[in-house]
Amino acid sequence: MGGTNSTNLKLKLKVWRQKNPQSEGHFENYDVDSISSDASFLEMLDVVNNKLIRDGKDPIAFDHDCREGICGSCSMVINGNPHGPQKGTATCQLHMRKFQSGDSITIEPFRAKSFPVIKDLAVDRSAFDRIIASGGYVSVNAGNARDANSIPVPKAKAERAFMSAACIACGACVAACSNSSAMLFVSAKVSHLGLLPQGDPERESRVLKMMRTMEEAGFGNCSNTGACSLACPKEISFENIADLNREFARASAKERA
Amino acid sequence: MKYLMSGIGRKQLMAITGLLWSGFVFAHMLPNLLIIFSPEAYNKYSHALTSNPLIYIPEALLVFTILLHLVNGIWVTVENKRARPNKYEMAPSGEKAPRFQSKWMIYHGILLAVFIVYHLVTFKFGPYYSVTYNGVEMRDIHRLVIEVFQSPAYVGFYLACMVAVGFHLSHGFYSSFATLGFFHPRYSPAIEKFGYVYAAVVAGGFMSQPLYVFFLAGR
Ligand code: HEM
Ligand code: FES
Repeated sequence: MGGTNSTNLKLKLKVWRQKNPQSEGHFENYDVDSISSDASFLEMLDVVNNKLIRDGKDPIAFDHDCREGICGSCSMVINGNPHGPQKGTATCQLHMRKFQSGDSITIEPFRAKSFPVIKDLAVDRSAFDRIIASGGYVSVNAGNARDANSIPVPKAKAERAFMSAACIACGACVAACSNSSAMLFVSAKVSHLGLLPQGDPERESRVLKMMRTMEEAGFGNCSNTGACSLACPKEISFENIADLNREFARASAKERA
Repeated sequence: MKYLMSGIGRKQLMAITGLLWSGFVFAHMLPNLLIIFSPEAYNKYSHALTSNPLIYIPEALLVFTILLHLVNGIWVTVENKRARPNKYEMAPSGEKAPRFQSKWMIYHGILLAVFIVYHLVTFKFGPYYSVTYNGVEMRDIHRLVIEVFQSPAYVGFYLACMVAVGFHLSHGFYSSFATLGFFHPRYSPAIEKFGYVYAAVVAGGFMSQPLYVFFLAGR
């Protein structure tokens, strides 16, 4: 494996270890070497874990699934950046060639009241599921599906809906936000569904329910710092947040009782 | 009511009240520059404002809106801090560093609240000197300003507070548009730039007055 440019890296890792949700948690240092610059960040952690297991120690727990940047599982904060230093990239798609031999790398879990740590780097993001369940859907009556081509969607709207649909619900926006706000996530869902004719009937109720669930779950408010969009592996635009603010005000004005 | 209690509702209230105050501070700063040109014009302008009974309407509006802004500012900030009980070891950096440090808003904000009260006590409710122009007796507010700005401590405090206004506006102006639901890839960068210029003009304009008095006038 590896082209002629591949090198071996020696790294100093500082990793957050926490036994369970109740325990305190602390950083632990690991010196690792012979990490191929062609490895992904998760493969690097696999190598570290193999060694920990061989030494009879507890491996570092972290979430991962697809390892191709589409499932949104691989949550961690690398040197202060959710998903690491490279824009538009999930941790699983980040490669060690972004680092240099001798680098120190601090790895922490996503930190938010609404994302409690389960173990080490793995956090409980079920608050996102509750937000989706409250309104992030389109209701359809069963029966024959309508021919998709018979529902006209203006190109500009289709494009913005599609860009919003790229959200993989990884929670990096919450992790990056100084207020642990989930507004970028909610705004992606609200624009994705609300811009399309299929989602239009529930346009108002959706935004109200999702925002209320978000607040109940203990996420903060938006201070418009833009950190969320910069951290997002799918680069969901900050514009979505302004749209969400507008949609919420509009739906509130139309709401009865 | 549900709207006014919601996070977005409260932030939109802050944006509206903040923008109103942003307009007010400019309208307050600009005529104050008269101090550099003519004590008489300065006093007459002040007299024209304060002798008009309608002035109570905007005054009441300003007090009401700043209180709304202040209460909501503290409220959202407390919620925001609670949403992250455990701090990070490191902050976002490099390509992912946020553009500005809006987390200072509450600190400039509280300094501004202290300033506004102290400012009113010093000037509006301060000593009354009298002056007469063409037989019309009025308050010599110019004399009071000259006196107050002889103190290096007062000038220093005043300048620091104006720096705070500048920073508050440099994030606040741009931020309020996004909060109110306006963002556009073409216009928003212009709004952001305008916000910086506006903040600098307001802060610079206010700062010019104590500096002028301290270094050039009344010595
Ligand atoms: C009385 C003391 C004040 C306090 C405690 C205060 C506090 C705050 C806080 C905490 C925020 C940020 C909220 C957030 O996004 O998290 C804010 C935003 C803002 N403030 Fe103030 N502030 C004060 C006075 C002022 C004044 C005098 C002005 C205008 C000259 C002003 C204009 C604004 C604007 C335009 C915003 C942006 C609103 C938004 O983000 O949508 N504030 N203020
Ligand atoms: S593991 Fe699926 S996105 Fe990274």
